[in-house]
Amino acid sequence: MAVLKSEELQFRQGKFQLHDINIEFPEGKMTAIVGPNGSGKSTLLKLFARLLKADNGLVTLDNQLIHKYKRKEYSQKIAMLPQAKEVMPSITVKELVGYGRVPFQRLTGPVSEEDKEIIAWAIRETGLENMADRMVGQLSGGELQRARIAMALAQKTSVLLLDEPTTFLDITHQLELMKILSRINKTYQITVIMVLHELQYAGAYSDNLIVMKRGEIYQTGKPQAILTAQLLKEVYEIDASIKFENNYPVIIPKN
Amino acid sequence: MLEYVERKKKRITVLVSLLLLLLIAIYAGISFGAVSVSFKEIWTILVSSSEGTYEKIVYNLRLPRVIVGLCVGACLAASGALLQGVMRNPLADPGIIGVSSGGGLFAIVTMVIFPQYSYLLPFIAFIGAFLTTILIYLFAWDKGASPVKIILAGVAMNAVLGAIMNGIMVLYSDRVQSVIGWLSGGLNGRSWYHVEIILPYTIIMLLISLFAIKPVNILILGDDSAKLLGQNVELIRMLIILLASFLAGIAVSVAGLIGFVGLVVPHIIRLLIGEDYRFLLPFSIIGGAALVVIADTAARSLFDPIELPVGILLAALGGPFFIILLRRRRMV
Repeated sequence: MAVLKSEELQFRQGKFQLHDINIEFPEGKMTAIVGPNGSGKSTLLKLFARLLKADNGLVTLDNQLIHKYKRKEYSQKIAMLPQAKEVMPSITVKELVGYGRVPFQRLTGPVSEEDKEIIAWAIRETGLENMADRMVGQLSGGELQRARIAMALAQKTSVLLLDEPTTFLDITHQLELMKILSRINKTYQITVIMVLHELQYAGAYSDNLIVMKRGEIYQTGKPQAILTAQLLKEVYEIDASIKFENNYPVIIPKN
Repeated sequence: MLEYVERKKKRITVLVSLLLLLLIAIYAGISFGAVSVSFKEIWTILVSSSEGTYEKIVYNLRLPRVIVGLCVGACLAASGALLQGVMRNPLADPGIIGVSSGGGLFAIVTMVIFPQYSYLLPFIAFIGAFLTTILIYLFAWDKGASPVKIILAGVAMNAVLGAIMNGIMVLYSDRVQSVIGWLSGGLNGRSWYHVEIILPYTIIMLLISLFAIKPVNILILGDDSAKLLGQNVELIRMLIILLASFLAGIAVSVAGLIGFVGLVVPHIIRLLIGEDYRFLLPFSIIGGAALVVIADTAARSLFDPIELPVGILLAALGGPFFIILLRRRRMV
């Protein structure tokens, strides 16, 4: 279990600024972070993943400042799926997932039995058993994203951060991915924190929703309680009606 | 499943081919030339210790030259492979981190202005190469040094040092004869003295480079991914660049500026077997060693009795070959 939170977090990069971010991510739950482009969602995620360093304020994991952890120690506690921008090397799915064990390994030496078991487990959890020996370059977008999730799972962390995991996927693979994340969260009580663009998935799959606007947290709460027409107007600047059907928010813009 | 098995087969095929090529290179390097020496004669000379003309040619001239060639090729290829990995840039080669311009400038200054110290040339060239890399790194540093910044700092540095080099050559145009040969990169007249200088460093540095395999493999995933796996990306990149500079500096110190090997050998190996450094690095080392010795043998045999510097031959023939390869594979 792990408690990840921030107090008075501030960060500035050029003109962009995050101010006074106070969050505590509920343990073992699914949290979605939404907001318009440039609202600071990805930046926030990177600050928690230690890819960026805050200018001011405290970010703590289990009441210890995150920069007090050793690099590898932190990678054993928090895994993150960055946006899928980087070109993948020509390796197999199994090899890619194997990189998730790096925080537990030394510079040299063979892969331990425990590592092998965990790699196999991560591959099973993401339904990639049949593709374990395929080259990552030959996977479809959805399969590749699952392989990347498997790599993060292999880190065996109690927190998993995901930066726009569904972007570039078709609806079939988006749904498949959300189901995998939801199942992992429920089965292993892994805290899932994801930046999403699609309000439908954010509404349907998260227990906790964080809405951001211009570098600030606009609102936090259960999706059904806070996703309202007023929020759409104030955050996204659109006139639309919103209602929930079978947990899914249905948004209909007005002309 | 198929691709996986095929990849394994391909690795074995490529490894066997490279080893064969290496053996052929060594044999050709000792046997071919103005005086041909047969396989049987080489064997007799190597196991006995008689003192005929052939023995002198083989033992005093060709054998040390082949060994120097192997070391130079191995170091350059390893250096290029490591740089392409940590910079995640297929165009990276030892020249980009200033090894050629720095080593070149120091060598020219020594040869032209302080010729009395020419006997120290290997060490001076090496120091020039290594210092230039460190300078480029310092210029590129700003809370970290991204590959793009390092490459840009390298380009700027190379321009400045290149201008100084040309300036010296213009000012001392009466003394540049010795410099031109060195700038073209050659193994002419390399002896046991040079073997003694570079063989120990080559072996030690190549062994150290094996420890870079895993970090480079992780860095290939991208800086963010590597950081998320608990890696100190900035430190790793700096150490590996210094290692690559050291490796290329070894080659520059005794062979002058041999280009092309560091850029292209890792490239060809990558096209053949992919970029897993567990294979890419050792395969490149073997390939680089074989290539330099074969090219050097050709360079001194083709226009007999004139010897071409091997660097010229490598660039002249290697460039077109590389273009053909890239076009056929349709990938960079």
